[in-house]
Amino acid sequence: MVKTFNLCKISVVMALRNSVLRTVPGLKKIVFNNGLRKSSSRLFSTEPNFPGAKTSWTEKLQFTETDSYAPIPVFRVMDRQGCVIIPDEEPQLGEETLLKMYKTMVVLNVMDKILYESQRQGRISFYMTNYGEEATHIGSAAALTLDDLVYGQYREAGVLMYRGFTLTQFIDQCYGNIDDLGRGKQMPVHYGSRELNFVTISSPLATQLPQAVGSAYALKGSNKVVICYFGDGTASEGDAHAAFNFSATLDCPVIFFCRNNGYAISTPVDEQYRGDGIAGRGPAYGIHTLRVDGNDVLAVYKATQFAREYALKANKPVLIEALTYRVGDHSTSDDSSAYRSPKEVAEWAANDYPTKKFRYYLENKGLWSEDKEKQLVEQTKKDVMIAFGAGEKKPKPKWTEMYEDVYKFLPPHIRKQREAMQDHVKKYREHYPLGSFQK
Amino acid sequence: MALCKLPKFSTELCQNSLISGYVKYLVKRSSSHFVYKPDENVNIQGEKTKMNMFQAINNALDTALRTDPKAVIFGEDVGFGGVFRCTLDLQKKYGKSRVFNTPLCEQGIAGFGIGVAVAGTTAIAEIQFADYIFPAFDQLVNEAAKYRYRSGNQFDCGKLTVRAPCGAVGHGALYHSQSPEAYFAHTPGIKIVVPRGPIKAKGLLLSCIRDPDPCLVFEPKVLYRAAVEEVPVDDFQLPIGKADILVSGSDITLIGWGTQVHVLKEVAAMLKDTHKISAEVIDLVSILPWDVDTVCKSASKTGRVIIAHEAPLTSGFGAELAATIQEHCFLKLQAPVTRVTGPDTPFPHVFEPLYLPTKWRCLDEALKLIDY
Repeated sequence: MVKTFNLCKISVVMALRNSVLRTVPGLKKIVFNNGLRKSSSRLFSTEPNFPGAKTSWTEKLQFTETDSYAPIPVFRVMDRQGCVIIPDEEPQLGEETLLKMYKTMVVLNVMDKILYESQRQGRISFYMTNYGEEATHIGSAAALTLDDLVYGQYREAGVLMYRGFTLTQFIDQCYGNIDDLGRGKQMPVHYGSRELNFVTISSPLATQLPQAVGSAYALKGSNKVVICYFGDGTASEGDAHAAFNFSATLDCPVIFFCRNNGYAISTPVDEQYRGDGIAGRGPAYGIHTLRVDGNDVLAVYKATQFAREYALKANKPVLIEALTYRVGDHSTSDDSSAYRSPKEVAEWAANDYPTKKFRYYLENKGLWSEDKEKQLVEQTKKDVMIAFGAGEKKPKPKWTEMYEDVYKFLPPHIRKQREAMQDHVKKYREHYPLGSFQK
Repeated sequence: MALCKLPKFSTELCQNSLISGYVKYLVKRSSSHFVYKPDENVNIQGEKTKMNMFQAINNALDTALRTDPKAVIFGEDVGFGGVFRCTLDLQKKYGKSRVFNTPLCEQGIAGFGIGVAVAGTTAIAEIQFADYIFPAFDQLVNEAAKYRYRSGNQFDCGKLTVRAPCGAVGHGALYHSQSPEAYFAHTPGIKIVVPRGPIKAKGLLLSCIRDPDPCLVFEPKVLYRAAVEEVPVDDFQLPIGKADILVSGSDITLIGWGTQVHVLKEVAAMLKDTHKISAEVIDLVSILPWDVDTVCKSASKTGRVIIAHEAPLTSGFGAELAATIQEHCFLKLQAPVTRVTGPDTPFPHVFEPLYLPTKWRCLDEALKLIDY
């Protein structure tokens, strides 16, 4: 009881002192130096001292809500006609780079079209197009170096293409044939390349986010950043929360790149979140954040370049939210007209399509023309068809490949299972598609 | 998740004595169901010193950080030494960039660890209690275990080791007592070990840290202080995937891992002294991959097998052993392979003494098998 009384007395004294301090600011220093108990002198400061937040007092009770601050604006360089709005903001990219960027976007479109149709014909089992999001891939990829490590979700084929993944490599993966770097083990579009520092895609959403943070921690000080792509739906996963928080508290040079395309399969963003998009969450985690027009390849480039410089210099994360629109279906297993109007899609394709916008820009500069476009599209169609034909003819890896790479070395129990299957297949060979696998 | 954990001590407020007092209390409350006896015939040369299991683990982690200048240790509260003291003084010795606290988020810890390993750096992650490994289940099962396979060996996270205190502790109830090894044993691509004492803990942990595949180490927390033995101070490793025959016998085989091994050693002594029955005791050590040869050789020799584990019966790892033994040793078996385990209930608080596969339950089953 005595103890409680004393504590009360101290708090009363404190309250009195605080009220005095508030009216007579000059007293602050004197009171501090002659405080009742030196060890707890900070408790006599006029500001709140809770360890949980550095903040101020208020005597007015009010909610902080979405309208308490303005939404984060969208950074753009070009308008919809490809005209640069503020000349100083135009990235100074060489002709060669600009053309490489544009051509990659066109090649990606052509490849998407052919592989999408090939799935419809039953020639590959699955596909996901990149329509409408080409600028997010190419703009960001162009602002990175090949040494920077990429973690993707699945709709970032343009990043890999910009880095040098060939049409043959894309198609071989979709077929899971003998030349697939993934040895035929994953579904189509689950690309990966050690050589190009593009970590192999996996289906579980958001798992790559905390992994990217871990890699960024490990690569700190090596002059490399890690970039991690994900969609607006993925950002709802617990792993996204984990990643944002870890990256901030552990000071990791990682760029989180969110492709906010308005939909997660059929779910529109207003059923995904009620805050200011994904960007609105960045500052809450203590992460420097940018929001950018994802259909403006130059804006994406500048934002990524800016983010990369800061991440390297400060050893801290950056969140980029690129606002865009998913023009294609979610995947070949989806018919998006079941949940959104074809009119809405057509409007985006006609009026704010990233490739088109970039083409206007290049034409304004005299770097591109209808002839060049035709020639590139025709040539690419041929290239894709050749790679496609070749990919289709290649055998699948030897079927015993199924047992490899579970562990670094084949353990005895898996070896026994393989041997048992080999004996079985010898006896029942006519019931298995052995002809499609390498002998 | 945090709020459900045992009293957790923040770095600022915690006193070492408070922690050790708490752990001592915890051990005192719980050690009644087994008697710890140090390993005999340890064939590791060099200087040895007396250590309990948390000290041996601390020593292994120290060795790992010393011999691999890039290795990092992280998890909840590992910075000040860990709630079980396994990382004591390591931050002081190796710096905050190599031994550090993470935010309180198990899926983050596992995912972060995978990423560290993918970038080629040794990652030693701690999950504070095995009971809280489930938020990381997706990262461990869908990601860590499948990384090498799905990428065609282009990427892997073999440099990842996850440590988690597991098993009964006297009064841990539902969320400080679980033995989740069977959940993970169903996952190709990871390795799982459970040490039975300080020497094993050090040797296995160093093997896991240096193994080219992702490993889970489930450390029976009741042994952290209760198990004391002469541990080699030098760097040494013990094999993953290899079981140990602790007591040789000819009439019945008793198989367990972790704390349960000590229960089974007592059962073997009781069978011998009171009933003149010769029991062979096997510590499985490694859950995945597990040592089929040692187990089946013993089962074929004795013709009678009891498998005992703390985890519940249905789909517990004992089921895997039992099925394999009957398949490989069918003609040699003289009685059904029997499992003595926790019941198919959550792990209870006040009923723990009746939940565990005690020496009396094991003895009872052994005698039934002998008379079968």
